[in-house]
Amino acid sequence: MSDFLAQHPILVVSGIKVVVMMLVMMTALAYLTWFERKVVAHIQSRWGPYRAGPHGLLQPLADGLKFLFKEGVTPAGVDRFAYYLAPFLSLSLALTSIALIPFGPQEIRILGQPTSFGIADLNIGLLFLFAITSLGVYGVVLAGWSSNSKYPLLGGLRSAAQMVSYELALTMSVVGVLLLAGSFNLREVIAAQRGFHWGFLPRWNILASPLPQVLGFFCFFTAAIAETNRLPFDLAEAESELVAGFHTEYSSFKFAMFFLGEYASMITVSCLATILFFGGWLSPFPETRFFVWTHYLPTALLAAAGVWLILDGLRYSTLLGKIVLPVLGLALCGAAALVSRPGLLEFVQGPFWFLGKVLVFLFIYVWVRGTLPRFRYDQLMAVGWKLLLPVSLANVILTSLAMVVGKR
Amino acid sequence: MSAELAVFLVLAALAVAGAVSLIVQRHPIHSALSLIVVMVSLAGLYLLLGAEFISAVQIIVYAGAIMVLFVFVIMLLNAGIEERTNLSRMARYVGLPLGVLLMALLAYAIGRGASSQAPAAAGPAPTKTLAMMLFQDFVFPFELTSILILIAILGALVLAKRES
Amino acid sequence: MVPISYYLVLSAVLFGLGVVAFVFKRNIITIFMAIELMLNAVNLAFVAFSRALGQLQGQVFVFFVIVVAAAEAAVGLAIIILIARNRQSLNVERVALLKL
Repeated sequence: MSDFLAQHPILVVSGIKVVVMMLVMMTALAYLTWFERKVVAHIQSRWGPYRAGPHGLLQPLADGLKFLFKEGVTPAGVDRFAYYLAPFLSLSLALTSIALIPFGPQEIRILGQPTSFGIADLNIGLLFLFAITSLGVYGVVLAGWSSNSKYPLLGGLRSAAQMVSYELALTMSVVGVLLLAGSFNLREVIAAQRGFHWGFLPRWNILASPLPQVLGFFCFFTAAIAETNRLPFDLAEAESELVAGFHTEYSSFKFAMFFLGEYASMITVSCLATILFFGGWLSPFPETRFFVWTHYLPTALLAAAGVWLILDGLRYSTLLGKIVLPVLGLALCGAAALVSRPGLLEFVQGPFWFLGKVLVFLFIYVWVRGTLPRFRYDQLMAVGWKLLLPVSLANVILTSLAMVVGKR
Repeated sequence: MSAELAVFLVLAALAVAGAVSLIVQRHPIHSALSLIVVMVSLAGLYLLLGAEFISAVQIIVYAGAIMVLFVFVIMLLNAGIEERTNLSRMARYVGLPLGVLLMALLAYAIGRGASSQAPAAAGPAPTKTLAMMLFQDFVFPFELTSILILIAILGALVLAKRES
Repeated sequence: MVPISYYLVLSAVLFGLGVVAFVFKRNIITIFMAIELMLNAVNLAFVAFSRALGQLQGQVFVFFVIVVAAAEAAVGLAIIILIARNRQSLNVERVALLKL
């Protein structure tokens, strides 16, 4: 066995990457729920989670423990195999798609093996991502059918129709980007967005030169919200009509798996939007002497957040907060100092911009959820087929025309 | 045993198990799930054969769209467990022998014709070459398929529309 | 390297299982799925041949087969919905008005 592993170091390296990625993702998912609850609360003039730990920072942990220790009820008359398979499918497919996202331009070294920053780097990366997301519908549909109950069935039917319809618009909307990049590989898609118009305006696909992909981005993001079953398109689990839709009959950890799956696909979609339309890890500032100071932005941001946390912690009301928040702040300041060191400074640039853009998209996700009302089902279908699909098709035609004319 | 052969054997076993399960399962949804297993493992085999694009299309179109449609219709019609009726005599006495005979015949033909052929060592087919071929050599059939799909959409609409 | 004949044998086995399913299943939707299984088996043979001969035509054919299968599924399932609506049953043996 050890001989075999020594002959194929790629297996060990990939294993390490997968484990690290899983841990990071699980933490990120947990705190994404906290982030969403906080942001939505502030949109609605509430405080949000505040009791479990300072600023509710321990709330995800409390939620997780609650889900773990709740009794897992399996209703009578369910189709057991499909009932247990559905949440598992949802979560595992959503997590698999993260494996295809590249997080930075450099190669990293694990056990002396150079390897890409991201789990897998495929030639058909984007197609493969769409393949995985297209399977995601089974989680919802099987949950709806196997529960043997009418509201989940209706939710499952709705979401099957919705996800199949919006998948078309989703796929068509990125064809423009693919035409510009000439490749399915996500790294090459980012590489094709290098450069600046007139020396300062980044040549990202949203501002691409023959035809800015604004229409494509609009269609992509709308369809992606519908694909992930989020408000305002969460007809599959509309609580005012269908109790809780497809996961009505799910409790405890099986429900948590659906929940985490939804957040994981939110992260994937945000990463994808960043890569396809907003230049991935490329900095919005040109690499000239005038803009060298932007390399210290990560340091400045981390330090500012750290100082703010320390100050906030000192006047926090509870004793725990008075201890935890300054310690966190000090850790952030330490990270800031670490990041400004010469070797790391260059390394951090790519991931910093990447994660920054992803965070912006996650915020938009939550913002949309907090402010827009839910669509009616027929409106949802009309938007998908009569607006998004024609517009994304038009985008394909316009982009190819612009490319042909631009070449002359 | 090389790693490639091991992967092949696992995927092939999955595919055959899925196909057998399609026959054995009595509920249509379970049959559909078995067929999805077959399709996904076939996509893996296509990757092994270096057909990346076809592999992705197999999952996106077959597993992700066509089978969703099947599952959707099964749910819509609320199809229950298959009734056990007496098979027609034709199927019982002629069907199984013929099926086995067909398999044997195919295996024999393959064993005689292709047993010594090792695959040509071609790298993964670049999607670009495939696209060039599709839009240059096969552009007429390609356009024909678009008409076919249009007709299919119209047909499905006309058939499924409720008469008012 | 996996010999090409392995793929062809697998394809033949899958096709045979498809035929068996087609003959023995009574539910019209499952019968339709058996047809899809046979198409898939043929696709595997196409891709295997395309690899063995070092040509891409096989993959182009698979592409067309998938497109035709999609069209076929759309029309076929519409017909199945009609049958279910008119006969209140999905059993093929109850859809036998033309049988003598």
